[in-house]
Amino acid sequence: MEVVLALIVGAMFAAGIYLMLSRNLLRFLFGLTLVSNAANLSIFTVGRLTPGKPPLIPEGSYAPVGEVANALPQALVLTAIVIGFGLFAFSLVLAIRAYSSLGTLSTGDMRIAEPEEEDEPEERA
Amino acid sequence: MSWYLATVLALPWLTAVFAFVYRRGPAGRWLSVLGSALQVGAAVVLFNQVLNNGVVAGQMGQWIAPFGITLVADLLAAVLVLVTAITGLLVTIYALGDITDEDEVNGFSAVLQLLLGGITGAFLTGDVFNLYVWFEVMLISSFYLLTLGRSKEQIDGGVKYVALNLISTTLILTAIGLLYGMTGTLNMADLSQAAANVERPGVLSVVAVLFIVAFGMKAAVFPLYFWLPAAYHTPKFTVAAVFAALLTKVGVYVLIRLFTLVFVHDPNLTHTILLWMAGATMITGVLGALAERDVRRVLSYNVIATIGYLILGLALGTQAALMGAIFYLVHDIFVKANLFMVAGHVQRLGGSTAFDKLGGIYRLAPLVAFLFFIPAFSLAGFPPLSGFWAKYLIVTGALDAGAYVMAFIALAVGLLTIYAVGRIWSAAFWKPNPEGPEAEDEMVKTSLPTALVVPPIVLTGITILLGLFPAYLIDVSSAAADQLLSPTAYVETVLGTTSEAGAEEISE
Repeated sequence: MEVVLALIVGAMFAAGIYLMLSRNLLRFLFGLTLVSNAANLSIFTVGRLTPGKPPLIPEGSYAPVGEVANALPQALVLTAIVIGFGLFAFSLVLAIRAYSSLGTLSTGDMRIAEPEEEDEPEERA
Repeated sequence: MSWYLATVLALPWLTAVFAFVYRRGPAGRWLSVLGSALQVGAAVVLFNQVLNNGVVAGQMGQWIAPFGITLVADLLAAVLVLVTAITGLLVTIYALGDITDEDEVNGFSAVLQLLLGGITGAFLTGDVFNLYVWFEVMLISSFYLLTLGRSKEQIDGGVKYVALNLISTTLILTAIGLLYGMTGTLNMADLSQAAANVERPGVLSVVAVLFIVAFGMKAAVFPLYFWLPAAYHTPKFTVAAVFAALLTKVGVYVLIRLFTLVFVHDPNLTHTILLWMAGATMITGVLGALAERDVRRVLSYNVIATIGYLILGLALGTQAALMGAIFYLVHDIFVKANLFMVAGHVQRLGGSTAFDKLGGIYRLAPLVAFLFFIPAFSLAGFPPLSGFWAKYLIVTGALDAGAYVMAFIALAVGLLTIYAVGRIWSAAFWKPNPEGPEAEDEMVKTSLPTALVVPPIVLTGITILLGLFPAYLIDVSSAAADQLLSPTAYVETVLGTTSEAGAEEISE
């Protein structure tokens, strides 16, 4: 099972990075979401998969009895999903804002903060 | 547990809440200043405790380490929390004069406090996943602050800043996941022991390099710094000051922490990579500074050059070099905040930060010129200012470690930095205004609000004091470097503490 998930993680990373190579900001963001979900899935996988043994502690005792699934990766992934969701929402709003104020989603055309070199006059000082 | 550990974390968040509630009047700003002042007090208490009693640790919610989230302050973290608090206070004062009411209503002070809280959290956490969370707190706040004015330039710079920082965030998450998969723990003290016993050290080295890339991007090292010059010249001056002073330094702090505590198994690989990155960062940083023709852009590239010096100290890994890096870290936080604040004065007086449109500030505003002169030449490493000692310690550290090439690069870059800041000096302050005397008369009528002038005066004073009396900070840096190099106390304090713990819930 780990092998299958590892392959899926690899495929998601590859697809995400391919999308991120695009000059279109939206494609980049979708690629980023894929990659961040691939990261989440990889955390889930590296925690080792133990199917069918929920990490429940029987009443009256302080530790689970016998071998149970690792619950920590799920807590980590849940945190990461929430954070990733927030960041993605912000980036989408920023993309919309960029489109309405710069008139383009192509990162190649976004040169306002870093204008292309012109023939500059010799330094006067 | 140590209430002082919880206080420095809780204060910025409480301040943020109050600043947000009262954001529609002047009260919000002043509450922000008050909260920052209290934070300085709390940070002094923490620093004193750590200085006198050694490493302090506490377990959040009474979950015993390594299972719960640990807060831990060694000397390095405590110093940085204190320096962050001082910078935070001065920045909130500067904001009184720089931030408009409209931005305040949009929640500027609250988000600034969240940013400071995130930085403090990143310094104090003893858990790598929690570290990731603090970085996210910093990141989302910095996104907001960067695009606050919503001008075209800011949106453009913001897109690049956001995109590249999100990539590094994803890499951090992936690296942490892989590290967890190899060692089964997230607690840094526990990781330090687990990393020594992993079955396949080769794979651990790969993970270590992934950490270098991920946090190197945050720290803006070569060749991962491109987001910084794309964005740092666009935000408001208050925001630029706090970003330049603190944000990249947190990345450096994490690299120092991880590569002295966890990834020490193969220094021939990891520390050599860091070494060459450091050299290239210094060179590209200063060359970028020489190529730009705008006060803020030159300063932005100087931020990058500085990161090179800090990483050099880490990469050499000797006591002397680490001590130099820690001294440099503290000195540079004050200097960069100062320089970016004065860049704000230049903008107000001259109407621009571009070299071609500036001139004559020295004649008309000698105080502003002085407030620029001191930190700028401290940055360049002139004795007797603090930058001289910082560079002196790093270079002697490099010479002692036998890294002659790096020592040469550090000195050469220092020399070029003199030229870079000299260009700002001559273009903005020294030469006559290109618009002629009328423009200079215009400047005389512009007066700066007190709130904008006081923080740079304090910072300049700190720079001079650190330069004239460096012994205290050198002693502290030396002790901090000792703690980094023999992390036994850190590990034992974290894993041995079963304290009564966790006092405050930190909302995230």
